[in-house]
Amino acid sequence: MSTDAIYEARGIVRRFGAVQALDGADFDVRPGEVSALIGDNGAGKSTLVRILSGADAPDGGTISFQGRELTLTSPTDARDLGIETVFQDLALANHLDPIQNMYLGRELMRPGLLGRLGFMQRAEMRRRGAEAFDSLGATVRDYEGAVSGMSGGQRQAIAVARAATWADKVIFLDEPTAALGVVQTKGVLDLIRRIRDQGLGVVYISHSMPEVLEVSDRVHVMRQGRRVAVYDAKSSSVEELVGAMTGALETREAS
Amino acid sequence: MSNATHTKDDVAAAPETEDAAPRTSVGEHLRRRVQAQALQIVLVWLVICAIFSTLAPTAFLDVTNFRNIAVSVAILAVLGVGTTFIIVTGGIDLSMGSILVFSGVVSSLTMERLGDGQGWGVALVGILVALGCGLAWGLVNGFFVAKAKVPPMIVTLGTFGAALGLAQVFTGGIDRRAVPDVLVNTVGFGQVAGVPILVLVAALVVVLGIVLLRRTKFGLHTSAVGSNPEACRRVGINVDRQLIRVYAFAGLLAGLAGILNLTFFRSTTIAGHSLTNLDVIAGVVIGGTSLFGGIGTVFGTVVGLLIPATLRNGFVILGVAPYWQQVVVGAFLVGAVYFDQVRRASATRGRPRSSLFSRIFTHHRKDS
Repeated sequence: MSTDAIYEARGIVRRFGAVQALDGADFDVRPGEVSALIGDNGAGKSTLVRILSGADAPDGGTISFQGRELTLTSPTDARDLGIETVFQDLALANHLDPIQNMYLGRELMRPGLLGRLGFMQRAEMRRRGAEAFDSLGATVRDYEGAVSGMSGGQRQAIAVARAATWADKVIFLDEPTAALGVVQTKGVLDLIRRIRDQGLGVVYISHSMPEVLEVSDRVHVMRQGRRVAVYDAKSSSVEELVGAMTGALETREAS
Repeated sequence: MSNATHTKDDVAAAPETEDAAPRTSVGEHLRRRVQAQALQIVLVWLVICAIFSTLAPTAFLDVTNFRNIAVSVAILAVLGVGTTFIIVTGGIDLSMGSILVFSGVVSSLTMERLGDGQGWGVALVGILVALGCGLAWGLVNGFFVAKAKVPPMIVTLGTFGAALGLAQVFTGGIDRRAVPDVLVNTVGFGQVAGVPILVLVAALVVVLGIVLLRRTKFGLHTSAVGSNPEACRRVGINVDRQLIRVYAFAGLLAGLAGILNLTFFRSTTIAGHSLTNLDVIAGVVIGGTSLFGGIGTVFGTVVGLLIPATLRNGFVILGVAPYWQQVVVGAFLVGAVYFDQVRRASATRGRPRSSLFSRIFTHHRKDS
């Protein structure tokens, strides 16, 4: 595991009218590591993720990727860098099947004239897509059915696996287990570990402290628009995290 | 014990905790049912044909009669292909009948101005003018829907009135009849191996529409935009551009229908298309395309248009007042949307609920 940050934010500021959503927030993502991002409602987690995934622009602060400072103007910019995000609403096209969702906007076109006319390599996408789902252990039982008919856990697994397939560097997961049952949650957490083991930097937002301690390597705590603490998940506890979130505890920075 | 306490849903949803035993999943059911609706509609049409054939074996069950039905559906089918695409995006089009009339009028006026030419040169200009008019109206629709964010129903209601009004302004409300003979003799009344050229053109458009919707990126993105535009934006699909293209495509086909209409009736039929939009939308919906977007088939639309045409034809042959056709089609329309609702409800509930309809036809379904 490298300790050099691949994706780093320093002093990010974001205001919405009179509301100071982010007030000089720092953040860093390391490859091959799960970074949990926790904080009470309104602490600025979602705003930070939106900024780091290119969906929103900061009013101040710097973002650097692989040591180089940059400005993201759209989610496409972030995706081009290998940064993918799974938002809470998943953003799957419900009437399409898992493979079509995986390749949506990235269709493999046939070579030559047929490709120009809009014909796709459907068999190739099915084969590679099924491989990608399998390699992540996202057991999709039905590659041909519309995702609207699938369970919450399956849909979450599809959304996460899609992001993981296209992300080379960093993947943001905004409360991926919020709506799931116990067994489904375990499946998604396993999926997160496998993604980390492939060397990606995983950023994981959650309200569930036990899950955070179970799956993450480092825990970043946000409060009132700033990162107030970073803990090593192995040596931390639910009490410590909640204390830092609410401001009841003195905070400290882990290595 | 702990295993036994898992609910069925939990087990089904948990990645990895279940062996990969093949089982027909809910999604598969949904897909089958969507495709099955087109087949169910074919069966309904066949039943209607069977009833009329029994009641009037000689008059109804006749090649000439079926040719008549096909001709009466041809122009609507060309419009229906474009409308299917629009409804799959979650939009609606009320303007195609007026665009058809407008395109026919401008085309006829242009050919008139070019002199009394009856040859292919004038005809070609006329065709291009009609297509261009349709495309232009389609772009207007698409622009206001996609860029100005005006609801499609209002945009196309506006262009429905505007296109028809302009057609009347250009002609003073009097139908024009200028059509080169070469067009009338071929597209209007010509046949190839007993099949009217009008029907061949419509069939070509339908096949093109099927391939475009089911096999190409354009079709996939059309469904995706109708399914979840936000998801499309996030993966970098230009939703506005896709919508404009779809409306432009539908407009182009309305222009084509305009020149077909002109050559078939030898008239611009200005007053004849005020209800065409409702006929076409009814056909699209009866054919299983969902008004909520995301799902639809061009094939279903064609069958959905054949049913009203066949009913009208059969009622005339049987001497039933043709007004009954409107009553029956109305019932079909409501029934089709009802089954669409049932389908959607079962899909969001996460399990297939077999309706009476689907149970009746279950064993006829095929995976196509």
